[in-house]
Amino acid sequence: MNSHRKRDHGYGARRVLPAAAAVLALASALAACSNASPDPAAGGDDRGAITFATGKDTSGNLQKQVDTWNAAHPNEKVTIVELPASADDQLKQLQQNAQVKSDAYSVLGLDVVWTAQFAANRWIDEIPASTDTSGLLTSAIESAKYRGTLYAVPWQTNGGLLFYRTDLLTAAGITTAPATWAQMQDACAKVKALPQGKDVSCYAGQFDKYEGLVVNFAEAVQSAGGRVFDEQGNPTVDAPQAKAALTWLVSAFNDGTIPKAAITYKEEDGRKAFQDGTLVFLRQWPYVWDLANKTDGSSKVAGKFAVAALPGLNGPGSSTLGGLNLAVSSFGKNKATARDFITYLTGEEAQRANLLATSTAPTRTSLYADAALQKQFPYLPYLQKSLESAVARPKAVHYGDVSAAIQNAIAPVIAGDTDAATALTALQANLKQLTAQ
Amino acid sequence: MTSMPTLADADAGTHTGRPPRRTRRSLSEISQNRLAALLLSPTFLALALVIGYPLISAIRQSLYSQGQEFDADGFVVSDEHFVGLSNYADVLSGDRGAAFWNAFANTTFFTITTVAIEVAIGLAMALVMHHALRGRAIVRAGILIPWAVPTAMSGLLWQWIFSSNGIANQLLGQQILWTADGWPAKLAIIIADTWKTAPFIGLLTLAGLQLIPQELYEAARVDGATALQQFRRITLPLVKPVLLVAVLFRVMDVLRMFDLPYILIGSQKQSVQTISILAFNEAGNLHYGQAAAYSTLLFLYVVAVAYAFVRLLGTDLIAETRTIRKDARA
Amino acid sequence: MTASTLPATGRPRGTRSRVRAAAQYLGIAVIVVYCLAPFFWMVVSAFRRPTDQFQTTPLPDPWSIANLQAVFEPSVGFQRALLNSILVAGTTTAVTLLIGTATAYALARLDFPFKRTAAAIVIATSMFPGISMVVPLLKLFTDIGWINTYQAMIAPSMSFALPLAVWNLTAYLRQLPPELEQAAMIDGCTRMQAFRRIILPLAAPGVFTTAIITFIAAWNEFIIALSMVNKKDMQTATVAISRFTGAHGFDTPYGTQMAAAVVVTIPLVIAVLIFQRRIVSGLTAGGVK
Repeated sequence: MNSHRKRDHGYGARRVLPAAAAVLALASALAACSNASPDPAAGGDDRGAITFATGKDTSGNLQKQVDTWNAAHPNEKVTIVELPASADDQLKQLQQNAQVKSDAYSVLGLDVVWTAQFAANRWIDEIPASTDTSGLLTSAIESAKYRGTLYAVPWQTNGGLLFYRTDLLTAAGITTAPATWAQMQDACAKVKALPQGKDVSCYAGQFDKYEGLVVNFAEAVQSAGGRVFDEQGNPTVDAPQAKAALTWLVSAFNDGTIPKAAITYKEEDGRKAFQDGTLVFLRQWPYVWDLANKTDGSSKVAGKFAVAALPGLNGPGSSTLGGLNLAVSSFGKNKATARDFITYLTGEEAQRANLLATSTAPTRTSLYADAALQKQFPYLPYLQKSLESAVARPKAVHYGDVSAAIQNAIAPVIAGDTDAATALTALQANLKQLTAQ
Repeated sequence: MTSMPTLADADAGTHTGRPPRRTRRSLSEISQNRLAALLLSPTFLALALVIGYPLISAIRQSLYSQGQEFDADGFVVSDEHFVGLSNYADVLSGDRGAAFWNAFANTTFFTITTVAIEVAIGLAMALVMHHALRGRAIVRAGILIPWAVPTAMSGLLWQWIFSSNGIANQLLGQQILWTADGWPAKLAIIIADTWKTAPFIGLLTLAGLQLIPQELYEAARVDGATALQQFRRITLPLVKPVLLVAVLFRVMDVLRMFDLPYILIGSQKQSVQTISILAFNEAGNLHYGQAAAYSTLLFLYVVAVAYAFVRLLGTDLIAETRTIRKDARA
Repeated sequence: MTASTLPATGRPRGTRSRVRAAAQYLGIAVIVVYCLAPFFWMVVSAFRRPTDQFQTTPLPDPWSIANLQAVFEPSVGFQRALLNSILVAGTTTAVTLLIGTATAYALARLDFPFKRTAAAIVIATSMFPGISMVVPLLKLFTDIGWINTYQAMIAPSMSFALPLAVWNLTAYLRQLPPELEQAAMIDGCTRMQAFRRIILPLAAPGVFTTAIITFIAAWNEFIIALSMVNKKDMQTATVAISRFTGAHGFDTPYGTQMAAAVVVTIPLVIAVLIFQRRIVSGLTAGGVK
C-alpha cells in the first residue's frame, strides 16, 4: 500500500467531467484522488451494481427499500451483504476485507466509533463537499468526520434515556422525573419506604466490563460537567468533574443505589431486571420502550413507566452518542452509485420508513418534530433532547486501545478494588500516551 | 487370531524398550519409501496450502511493523518495514508484557485443570459407553450432544445459565457474579469447557477400548485377575496410545482457547484472558505486528508443551511400526 | 458382544455383582444427566416465547414454536444454510478420511526415513492459533479467486481436521496386529487388498470415530466460513446463526439462537446414531477373525 503516502490527495490530476453530473463528479474526482482503490481510474464515478455491508435487516424494511431502489435503477442494483449480529464480529469482517483490499463491499455501515479508523487507513473515501448535510443532527455529523473532513453520512443514531417507574414514583408522591442524581436517590428512598418498593433496587446502567462501561462512564463524567476528552481530543479525566462522577458511581454501588449484580449487566441484563420490576430507574437505549411495554405477560412493567433525559450531578445529564454511519469503501467498484445510494438511504423518506419499521432513531431532525411520529414513539422528544447534548466518543484511530484503557481503569474502581483518584490519574497518563500521534 | 496372548504378555509389551523388530519384509526399502511418499503427499499438499502459507506469513508479520505511524494529515502510513524482534520486546515488556504473563498463567491454568478433569470424566464416559447394554445407542448419543453443540452456541448457553439472574444462581440459591472478573469466571470457564469436551476424550477412548480383543480379558479371567487388575493391566495399557493422542490434541486446543472465554465472560476480563484473546484484541486494534508476535509466542509454547508431552508420556506414539500386540507375541 | 467384562452378561454371581451393576447404572445415570442437563435448558429456552427469554421456569410457560418459526423464516435462508453445511462438512469428512487414512497407514505400517519428522510436521500444523490465520488465508483466497466458493470452506476445514485424523488413525492402526495383513499377503493378497479386506474392517470403530469427530468439527466451523463467503446462498448454518439479531439491535434473540442450535445439533446426533451401527458391526466383523 505504499502508493498512498505519495499520492497527492485533493489536488491530483483531474479527469474530464461529464457535463451532466458535473457537481457530483467533481467531488468524486477529488475523492478518487485520495482514495486507495487498487486502480484509481476505476470506480471513482462509475455506475453499476454495488453491495451494502451491514448488520442484519431485522424488519425486512431495508430489503424493501433496496427493492425500491433497484426498481428505479435497474443498471445499478444493490445487494445487501449481511454481517454478523455482534458489533465486534462486524468490525472484524470489515477490517479483514479492507486489509486485503477486497472489492466485496461497496457501501459500509460503520459504527460511530469506527469512522476514524477507516478514514485514517484510507479504507473509505471522503464524502464530496457538495453533499447536503443540512437537516442532519449536528452531533451525528461530528461523529462522521475525521480531522474536519466528512467521511460518512449519519444513517441511524442512538442516545441514552432514563427509564423510570411512574407507578412507584406516583405512589411515593413524586410527579416529575429526577433531573439530578441526588433527586433520583431521594426518589428511591421514598419508593423503598413503600410496601411495594421493599424489594426493588434503585438504579442500573451497563457496568459490565465491555464497551457499555465506556459509554456509561463517559455519560457520568459528562453529566457531572466534565469530559473524557476535550474539544481538541486531549484527555481530561484528571479533572475534578471526572473524579466527582466516578466517586458518585462508587458510592452508589457501595450504598446499594446500584445493585451489586449490575457489574455484570449488559443491555439485556438491565432490561430483564427492569421488566421484572426490580428496578426503579434504568439508563437504557430507546429499544427497551417497545419490549418493556409488551402486554403478553413477559413484562411486569408494561404501561407503568416513562422516559426522561439522563440526570446529572447538578442538573440535566448528557448522553454518549451511538449510531451507524454510511461510508463508501475505497476498494469497491461503482462509487458514484454507492454515493447516490447513501443519499437515498439517509433521505427523509427512507429514514421515516426506517423509524416506523424498526424504531431506530433517525438522524434527520425534522422527524423528531413530526406529530404523527411523536404519537407513535412518545419518547422522541426526550431522545432528541438527549441527542442534542450527546457527546461522541473520541475519534481515535486505535479506538479499541482507548476503550480498553478506560475499561481497565474503571472496572476495578466500581468493583471496589482501586480508589477513584488513583485510577483516574493513571488513566489520564495512559490516554495521553495513546492519543499522542 | 490363532494363539491366545496372555495377560503377562500384554502388560510386558507396554513397558519394554525393545527395539523394533520386523519379522518379514514384504517390500524392498525403496518401494516402501515410494509408497510412503505417495501416501503422505496429499496430506502434506493440503497442509502446505492452507496452513503452511498463513503460518509463515503470520510469523513473518511478527518481524515487521505496519500502519503504526501517522503522516502530517493524520493518515496511517501503511508501508511495512522490518523491525527485527522489537514486536516481541514490545509484547514482553510494560503493560503488554504484564497482560502476556497474566494470559500465559491463565492459559496454563485452564490447560492443566480442564484437561485433568476431562480425562477423568472422559475415561468414565468411555467405560460407561463400552459397558452400557440397554439403550446403548441413546446413551452414546446423549453423551455426544455436548461435543456436537457449536462452541459459539454453547458459550451463549452457559452465558445465560451463569447470568446474575440465571438458572445457575437460582438453583444454588445465591447470587454469584459468575461473569464478573474473578475466580467465579474461571470456574465458569472450566465447567463449560469440561462439559463440552469431555465427550471428545470419551469417544476417542471408546474406539480404543473396542479394539481390545476379548481374548485378553478371557485369558485374564482364566488367570484369576480381578476387575481392577484387568483394568490396570489390560485396558489402561492397551488404550493408552489412543488416550494419549486424544489428550495431546485437547492440550493443544485448550492452549489456543479463544471462543469460550470471549463469548462467555468477555475479552477484556483479565481473569480469563488467554493468549489467543490477546492476539485477537491486538489484531482488532490493527496492531498487526504485536498480534503476530503474541500468536507466534503461543505457537512456540504449544510446540514446547507438545514436545515435552510426547517425550515424557508417549515416546513411541508414532515413531516405530512396533505395536504392543506384536511385541507381546515376540 | 463386546462388553464381556460386565458380569451381568455371564451367569449371576450374587450380591457383589448386583451392587456393581447398580453402581454401573448409577454411573451411567450421573453421566447422562451431566451431559443432558445443559442441553435440556437449551431445548427449553428454544420453546419459550421470544418475549419470555428471561424466564427460569423448568418448562416453558407457555410453550411456543415462535423461535423455531423464526429460524426457518424464508428471509433467513436456514434450509439452504443447512444444505451448505451438509455439503461442506460431508465433503470435508470424506476427503479427510481418504487422505488421512492413507497417511496414517504409511505412518503406522511403513518404514521410511524422516517418519518422525513427518508425523511432527503434521501435528505442528495444528499448533498455531487459528484466529491469526484468517487474514493471510483471506488474502490467499482473494488472490486465487476462491472467495464465495465451497472449496474456500472445505480446504481449511480439512486442514484443521487432518492432524487429529492422521494421529488418531495411526494410533488405531498400530493397535491392530500387523501379522493379520502379513498373513493375508502371504496368502496372495496385494498390500492394497490386505488393507481393504483385513485392516479397514478391523479398524472400523477407529475410522468411524474419526469420521464423527471430523464431521462435527467441520459442521461447527465458523470463523473461516464467515470470512471467506459473503453470499447469502453460500453461508453455512453456524454463520446464519451468527446473523440472528433482535428487532432492535441490542436485544439478543436468545431463544431463536437456542432453537437454531438445537436444529443444528440434531443432525449430528442422528449421524452419530447411524455411525454407531457401523462401529458395532465393524467390531463384530473383527471379532470373527
